[in-house]
Amino acid sequence: MAILKSELRQGRNTFFIWTAVIAFMLGICVLIYPEMKGQMSEISGMFADMGSFSAAFGMDRINFGEFAGFFGVECGNILGLGGAFFAALTGISALAKEEKERTAEFLLTHPVSRKKIVMQKWCVVFIQITILNLVIIGVTVLSAFIIDESLDKKTFALLFFAYFILQIEISAVCFGISAFISRSGLGIGLGIAVSFYFLNIISNLTEDAKFLKYITPFGYTDGADIITNGSIEIKYLFVGVILTIIGILAAFWKYQKKDII
Amino acid sequence: MNVIQTSSLTKYYGKSRGIIDINLVVPEGDFFGFIGPNGAGKSTTIRTLLGLIAPTSGTAKLLGKDILKQKKEILADIGYMPSEANFYSGMKVQDIIRYSAELRGKNCQTEAGCLCDRLELDTKKKIKELSLGNRKKVSIVCALQHNPRLCILDEPTSGLDPLMQREFYAILEERNKQGTTIFLSSHVLSEIQRYCKHAAVIREGKILISDSIDRMSQTYAKRVTIRGITEIPTLTGIKDIKTSGDTMNFLYSGELTPLLHMLAELSLTDVNISEPDLEEIFMHYYREEK
Repeated sequence: MAILKSELRQGRNTFFIWTAVIAFMLGICVLIYPEMKGQMSEISGMFADMGSFSAAFGMDRINFGEFAGFFGVECGNILGLGGAFFAALTGISALAKEEKERTAEFLLTHPVSRKKIVMQKWCVVFIQITILNLVIIGVTVLSAFIIDESLDKKTFALLFFAYFILQIEISAVCFGISAFISRSGLGIGLGIAVSFYFLNIISNLTEDAKFLKYITPFGYTDGADIITNGSIEIKYLFVGVILTIIGILAAFWKYQKKDII
Repeated sequence: MNVIQTSSLTKYYGKSRGIIDINLVVPEGDFFGFIGPNGAGKSTTIRTLLGLIAPTSGTAKLLGKDILKQKKEILADIGYMPSEANFYSGMKVQDIIRYSAELRGKNCQTEAGCLCDRLELDTKKKIKELSLGNRKKVSIVCALQHNPRLCILDEPTSGLDPLMQREFYAILEERNKQGTTIFLSSHVLSEIQRYCKHAAVIREGKILISDSIDRMSQTYAKRVTIRGITEIPTLTGIKDIKTSGDTMNFLYSGELTPLLHMLAELSLTDVNISEPDLEEIFMHYYREEK
């Protein structure tokens, strides 16, 4: 448990900043809703009428006049991207930072098995993402209460659940890669998060690219889909869970036999 | 019991050489020096023993336990000081020292405090504020605070000032007297000659010699200085010949009688035969194959 405690303490500043920024942006986004609501009847029509641009963000399928619709697209983008970036950065640096900062020699010459190190490091990533999401749910509930909008429990539960799994998936994939690299992987991490995001946008544009939703976790977090269907697409989610498991197992497998040079 | 025993330990990084066929034996209670220039394979040997890298072939036992199968038990009884002292830069000295003890599941406060006092280490400072020498001190405390049975120290004195080096060796000698085995790598030969009982020389990944410091200095060569001749005498066993004016200087290894016979036939003005210091032996081993 020593590693877990120490890692949480070391990572707390970064974690607080990310959580604060995402929560702040999300809160602001919710709080401006009443202002926009009045103009929504026109805006909604306009947003839905921008052809493929609307389709890319799912704005052709949902109603901006409803809070859930507005939240699913606008706040969804903030939470989706912000959460994905945080997850990618935490995951990719978890193991690799020890070698990059040359502290691996210190850590790995103590009587702690590498399996335990990987396990505790993964727990740290998981705990941070969980707390981030709890804070964000709290902020959403609070800001929705302030603007006097009621939240449809099932829709919002599904949305938050989907985003949570998305962050876990991205962090797990990056965590797996983290075991293979020994330098800063920040570029790789951000690259993965951004490309996942754009893959979903492309898949929204044309039927031919629909299969991309299997690859990207943004496929099952698409607010427009969740709100219109009232459910998460299990087939996309399934692939996501598989990728998550592969990422974590890859980290255990690689790190146990890795040469620390 | 042998605290370190390797048999044909070999490590290749892909195709490039790490160490080849290393056979090392270090008995319990020894003060062992591991000598070699940069890139000879000192750190590779140490890192393999500690399980940071896996050997390509060969086996090794530390404290009678297999380095691959019983790594965790071995590490619990070892104190290791890496050549580069790197720690989590945001942490304070005291946090690092406590973290190291926690990772070992031990409370080492008393011993740590004692070591910090002796090394004059300010434990309230942050790691990123420390000089190399002070980071080395943190490393020393982490390697010794849990009273390990075996200390593996990779170039421990680089960055330490002479006074601290003396204090450091004083601590090591005390530990050694209490039964701790010390294994240290260095390219500072004078300190190895001064403190170690045994030593091994490594070059280009291979062990050239492993013997007691006394025997290494005595049996193997004499430094002979002759004044009054300019021609190089013909005698087998002469190496490392240096001439300046009428003075000639060489290393001689072999029986003494032929050397004395040869000297008797020369018309000399002066002669000096002395024990070479370890540095000369070292150079002698290094030049041999070049």
